[in-house]
This record gives sequence, structure tokens and C-alpha cells, in this order.
Amino acid sequence: MEHYISIFVKSVFIENMALSLFLGMCTFLAVSKKVKTAMGLGVAVIVVLGISVPVNQVIFVNILAPGALGWAGFPEADLSFLSFLTFIGVIAALVQILEMTLDKFFPALYNALGIFLPLITVNCAIFGGVAFAIQREYNFSESIVYGVGSGLGWAIAITLLAAIREKLKYADMPEGIRGLGSVFMITGLMALGFQSFTGIAL
Amino acid sequence: MAEIKEMKQVLFGPVLNNNPIALQVLGVCSALAITTKLETALVMSLALTTVTAFSNLFISLIRNHIPSSVRIIIQMTIIASLVIVVDQILKAYSYEISKQLSVFVGLIITNCIVMGRAEAYAMKSPPFMSFLDGLGNGIGYSVVLIIIGTIKELFGFGTLLGFEILPLIQNGGWYQGNGLLILPFSSFFLIGGLIWVIRTIRPAQVEPKG
Repeated sequence: MEHYISIFVKSVFIENMALSLFLGMCTFLAVSKKVKTAMGLGVAVIVVLGISVPVNQVIFVNILAPGALGWAGFPEADLSFLSFLTFIGVIAALVQILEMTLDKFFPALYNALGIFLPLITVNCAIFGGVAFAIQREYNFSESIVYGVGSGLGWAIAITLLAAIREKLKYADMPEGIRGLGSVFMITGLMALGFQSFTGIAL
Repeated sequence: MAEIKEMKQVLFGPVLNNNPIALQVLGVCSALAITTKLETALVMSLALTTVTAFSNLFISLIRNHIPSSVRIIIQMTIIASLVIVVDQILKAYSYEISKQLSVFVGLIITNCIVMGRAEAYAMKSPPFMSFLDGLGNGIGYSVVLIIIGTIKELFGFGTLLGFEILPLIQNGGWYQGNGLLILPFSSFFLIGGLIWVIRTIRPAQVEPKG
């Protein structure tokens, strides 16, 4: 149990997707104008990461890893060069399925997430999470914890940034830095703050 | 003549007037994380420019045969295949750098520049112009990466591409390396500053208040 807690804490704070690894930045900077939408996107990312990391882990270990096809009679096969293609295919398919399921059974949630779901396919936080989980050779239950944890970390970060940006509306900045430039600098300062977590030993 | 002018516009427009990182906010992740050394920044720019240019070319070639409901998956497949090729070439010829870039080569797939240009330009333009557009956006991205990589490596480590330019104090020189620039998140401040500079030169890009 302790092991899982340490993976969780590590993925939420120490290796925060957005502020320590800089993944999912495009949506992070673009969709953080309002706290409400930022939270919606954050929840969607948690759900998609929590599902797609373990699913891709199972596929990689049982089909793509070197020697994994032993059960089918091809013990020397190594399909790991196909991993990028498989990951992105699985993520795109998952997002599509999730979109249809939500539309059918949870219309309220679907309307809240609506526009963000297709965006998530090209959110590099998802792909990065999957790639990191495979690279670190997490097993199935570890990858569930890692997926949910890193999604939560990303959601926290984007909500915080949106909250700061809402307050900044009233700031009187030089013209050239208004908008995007200031967002970059704020994110930099937030990343600086998150650096303090790297000192935590687990 | 008009055609050549248009080509120039497509090729060089994204460098300053419509820069993918500074104005369109596309492809920022890799720009932040891998620019600590100029060398990795150069390799990454090269890889991304190749992928963007060729994915635009191929998607534009088959654009009239793609049903719009499955277009995202098809674009993804083309882009992912190109990235696999780039990744295998990197692993074969410069293994050290491919280790340093780790997952970021794979992340070219989800780099929004590639996807964004495929969706916004290649789906409705002829192949050659799409190729130029991909090349131009790749160059726009590379310019930002190279500027940031240069600043960080020169003032952080006192070197450029591994050669010593400003001798560090600990090696018996006179230059005290800037510790902040070695940390990855300093690119946020550099890109923010860069945007400020570009918008001062081109006031049309300034965002409206409110």
C-alpha cells in the first residue's frame, strides 16, 4: 500500500505533468481563462488518463513488448517499434468511445465536458503519461495509480492557473506582455513553486 | 509572379508574423522541456520540421479521399508513422541524443503544430503549398527553439554545442554560470520575454484588453 501512495504523491506533486514535466502545455495555456472550464477539462483529463494508461500498459506487455507474443507462437517477435502508433490509436479510440458513452448515459456530464473531449486526443499529457508508464515498467495496478495521480496533478495545476488569470484581469500590464506573454511568466513562477516539492524524499 | 510571392508568404510568414509558438500557442511542451542544450534543440527542430512538412504533404495528397468523420484518426496514423521513422533513424545514427530526448520524440505525434497545420491548412490546399506551409511552420518553431537553446546553454553553462565560449569560474575562467537558466522552467520566462519583444515590433499582435 505504501508503495502505491508513494507513486500517487510522486505523480501528483513531485512529477507534476504540467509544471515539472511541461506536458499538455498547449491546452494548459489556451483553456485556462476561466476556473469553471479549467476544472471541466481537468476532470476529463483525469478520466482519460486513468483509463488509457492501464489499457495501454496491458496492450504493451501482452502484445508489443519483445517476446510478448510467446503465447501466440511467435516468441522471437518484437513489435515495440509499433508502440507510438498503438498508443495514439488506443487513446483516440478511447476518447471516441468515452464521448459516445457519456453522450448516451450521462448527458449532463457530456454537456459540461463536450468540447474538451476531442481536444484531449492531442493533449500531450495523455500520451506522455502513457509513454512514461511504459518506460518505467509499471505493472497494471501501479499504472492505474499513476494514471489517476498524474491526471489529478494536471487538473490541480490548470485550476490554479485559471484562478490566477481571473484575478489578473484587473492588472495593468505593458501592452506587449498582456495575455499570452504574462501567462508564460506566471506558469514559470508556478513551476518555480512546484520545484520545492522535488526535495521530498519518499 | 504572384505565385512566387504567395509561396514566400506561406514559407516565411510563420517565422515572425504568425509564429506557431509565440502567437498560435502550438507545440509549446517540447519547446520548454528540451531546450537546455542547443544540440538537443537543433535535433528536435530538425525532427519536427521534417515531420510537419511531410505529414502536410501526404495528408494534402489524399485530402479528397478522407471522410471527415474519421479524419483525425487518419491524420494521427500518418503522423505517427512518420514519427516512428524519425525515431528509428535517430536511434540508429545518434543513440545518445535519442536517449536525451526520451519520450519527446514520441510526443511529436501529439505536438499541436503538426496536427494543427494538417487540420487547418493541408486539408484544403494543394500538396506543394502544404509542404511549404509545413516547412515554414517547422522553421518558425525551430527559430524559437534555437534562440532559447542558445541563451540557456550560453549563459547557463558557458558553452555552445559543447564548445566553451564563456569559461566558467570552476574551470579557472571568469564567468559565473546562471543557475536559473539551467533549470527547465526558465524557458517560460524566456518565451514570455520573446513574445514581449515580438509584440513590441509587431503591435498588431497585441491582445485586446478585457
